[in-house]
Amino acid sequence: MSVAGCAPSRPLWLLAELTYACPLQCPYCSNPLDYGQIKDELDTATWLRVLREARALGAAQLGLSGGEPATRPDLEVLVAEARRLGYYSNLITSGIGLDAERIGRLRAAGLDHIQVSFQASGAELNDHLAGTRAFQHKLDIARAVKAAGYPMVLCFVLHRDNIDDMDAVLALAAELQADYVELATAQYYGWAWVNRDRLMPSREQLARGEAVAHAWQARLQGRMKIYYVVPDYYETRPKACMNGWGSIFLTIAPDGTALPCHSARSLPGLSFPNVREHGIDWIWNESPGFNRFRGFEWMREPCRSCDEKERDFGGCRCQAYLLTGDASQADPVCDKSPHHGRVLAAIEAAASTPSEKPLIFRNPRNARTLSG
Amino acid sequence: MSGTVRLAPGYRFQWEPAQDCHVLLYPEGMVKLNAPAAAILEHCDGSRDAAGILAALQARFPGVELADDVHRFLEVAHERGWLRTV
Repeated sequence: MSVAGCAPSRPLWLLAELTYACPLQCPYCSNPLDYGQIKDELDTATWLRVLREARALGAAQLGLSGGEPATRPDLEVLVAEARRLGYYSNLITSGIGLDAERIGRLRAAGLDHIQVSFQASGAELNDHLAGTRAFQHKLDIARAVKAAGYPMVLCFVLHRDNIDDMDAVLALAAELQADYVELATAQYYGWAWVNRDRLMPSREQLARGEAVAHAWQARLQGRMKIYYVVPDYYETRPKACMNGWGSIFLTIAPDGTALPCHSARSLPGLSFPNVREHGIDWIWNESPGFNRFRGFEWMREPCRSCDEKERDFGGCRCQAYLLTGDASQADPVCDKSPHHGRVLAAIEAAASTPSEKPLIFRNPRNARTLSG
Repeated sequence: MSGTVRLAPGYRFQWEPAQDCHVLLYPEGMVKLNAPAAAILEHCDGSRDAAGILAALQARFPGVELADDVHRFLEVAHERGWLRTV
């Protein structure tokens, strides 16, 4: 089925969230708050079927993430099948669960690309945010990735507690001889939503961070590429989230739930299909969940008559729900939204939240409390 | 540009049956290629220099003036980081 007036969409991007298990406890984790109650992970055979079926529909980019995907002992098997099928496979990892030998095995299996996440530029803050001693191992893994012949791609999630260390972050990346550095401000979903007031940097912090990033960009031009992603709360137009609902992006959660984005399972009143019960073709093309916000028919004002709707698709459905209680509203980041004031209020609330307020770490105890 | 031309590390060129076209895949991205771009990239396999690529294409499409288009494409593809000359 195609949406009237649009070319048929294809799930070009398959994000395989292999597990919610992770040894880290980052307080901005994008996993659901009740991840601890979702225990029944897909087995290897089902993941292999998912890879085949999505590839047949045109999926070409494969993200292997989690949780920590390296906690899956069958990662090499999945990577080998992905390569055989013609996927371009990207491993998104904290580095925990990898060593030089396993990176070599993944390379031999055909893995195309590895992105290693860091929490900060030094052991103390990094390991505080991760909730475990991980920093030294991450350094070893970053070097091992490069030694195995991959470009070194580092991702730092930025927030109020580490954005002022931008200079040290980029100095570390330069010292490691990173090829790409992504400086991504935390987006407020999942655990980051719970900690939003504590994580959101101030406008001044963002401006300082951006100036530092630009200085390093100029200095390391041609050697290291630096991407700086600001939080959309400070924008006046929403992001083209997922390039539109059910447009190119397909997430499979660890329990087999198929989602148009990795946050969508938090939306109430929607049911999403499971790969244990349905094929990817039906899920993508026919399931009510994937068609709910596809195209433009679902839109209300101000989106419906907006001349920018084909550029941003009304923004993010999850953000609209989180900020207005209704996923079919315009993303309130847009200053045409009647709810834009809630974004401004969130910025105000963050500004008046003391840094002494404790962060809520992603761990089983807090998951029980929050999803109780 | 002297030396042999090949895809930059991390790039993969392949046929996509579902989209009925060639694509270039790279970390978290994909470019759909039109037929002329695909024909040129097919020859960027590290065995030929720019002149060799042009000669191979010229042999396949005799009587068509290709030099300008091929050189322009190779230039742009280098700028975008798709190709390396070594």
